Amino acid sequence: MARVMAGLTTSHVPAIGAAWDQGLHETPYWAPVFRGYQWTKDWIGEENPDVVILVYNDHASAFSLEMIPTFAIGCADDFAIADEGWGPRPVPTVVGAPRLACHLAQSLILDEFDMTIINQMDVDHGLTVPLSLVFGSPERWPARVIPLAVNVVQYPPPTGERCFKLGRAIRRAVESFDEDLNVQVWGTGGMSHQLQGTRAGLINQEYDRMILDKMTADVAALRAIPHLEYLRETGSEGIEMVMWLIMRGALGDDVEELHRHYHVPASNTAVGHLVLRARD
Amino acid sequence: MVDNSEFDDIPGTTVFTAERSREGFHLNQFCTSLKVPENRERFKANEAQYLEEWPMTAGQKRAVLDRDYNAMIAQGGNVYFLAKIFSSDGVSFQSAAASMTGMSEQEYAQMMLAGGRSPEGLRSIKEGR
Repeated sequence: MARVMAGLTTSHVPAIGAAWDQGLHETPYWAPVFRGYQWTKDWIGEENPDVVILVYNDHASAFSLEMIPTFAIGCADDFAIADEGWGPRPVPTVVGAPRLACHLAQSLILDEFDMTIINQMDVDHGLTVPLSLVFGSPERWPARVIPLAVNVVQYPPPTGERCFKLGRAIRRAVESFDEDLNVQVWGTGGMSHQLQGTRAGLINQEYDRMILDKMTADVAALRAIPHLEYLRETGSEGIEMVMWLIMRGALGDDVEELHRHYHVPASNTAVGHLVLRARD
Repeated sequence: MVDNSEFDDIPGTTVFTAERSREGFHLNQFCTSLKVPENRERFKANEAQYLEEWPMTAGQKRAVLDRDYNAMIAQGGNVYFLAKIFSSDGVSFQSAAASMTGMSEQEYAQMMLAGGRSPEGLRSIKEGR
């Protein structure tokens, strides 16, 4: 049986990817961002997950405004690296886990989560920056990846409650898979940031720390946060933290915080990172 | 009936609703086209001519030529799509964001290093918090 053993949350700021690719990770600006991921790099080497279900949002790379799926799951053999306007990041192609992905898609739809199914897609910084932060620069990514794309670009994104419940359904679906696999779920995006208008640059450290605390201490409170509160408190782009709740739902009721990192700023954004282990 | 009037109560913020997405569809489609290298080259070679290929409004085209990101957003642009323009220009997200705030790039960068813009007073106009 496959199991969701652990999960993590991390920001996926594009400038982090650019800094890594340009070898700037030891400069005074970037070193404090990357330092907080060293623990995770060591940990992931021991955990050695077979598959990562990577929850992220596409940034006008694979999806235009022609069609806007709320939840979409990548079932392809592999996923090419997107050109976001400055050429593709120099990172390995992302190898999928199509058998598990197809099992998840079917299970989730029959469990009343109406997933869009993706058979071909390029993946952008939303997916590749977390891989770089956790795995560094290997020749091949050491885990297979199932991209799970969530619309947080056009309002409204799915509610936090809906995301949490999707995570629970993912946990059930993984546990009904017939292969022994160590599966992780990563929830990416956030934390507070606003990229547009005269309020651009908004950071709410107090609110961010509340979210980090409640991911283990009081997830019921996080599930109930309405979109308007995210917009007011965490900036127009901070709302993407609903994606963290998919990861949290997939870990079951009882989780343990193994590691935490919080740093301001990375470009326009507060960087937040948690590593959680499922206790059930 | 959906009521999005509460969004207008958040200062300096435009929420990208389905209605705005309709208004900005062709502007954002033009932005999407810039993920293809040949299109970036054609755009850079003659911006006004390239924009003629898209059924955008005159105001949207003007805003693109002026790199006026607030004006693009006011006419249905979405920042993740607009990012294709400033990425093609070799401009960073931080620099583009700064241009929307009325601050210089340096002032904005300094504000971010000092912990970012405080939400104090910027959550709600009518509640003054």
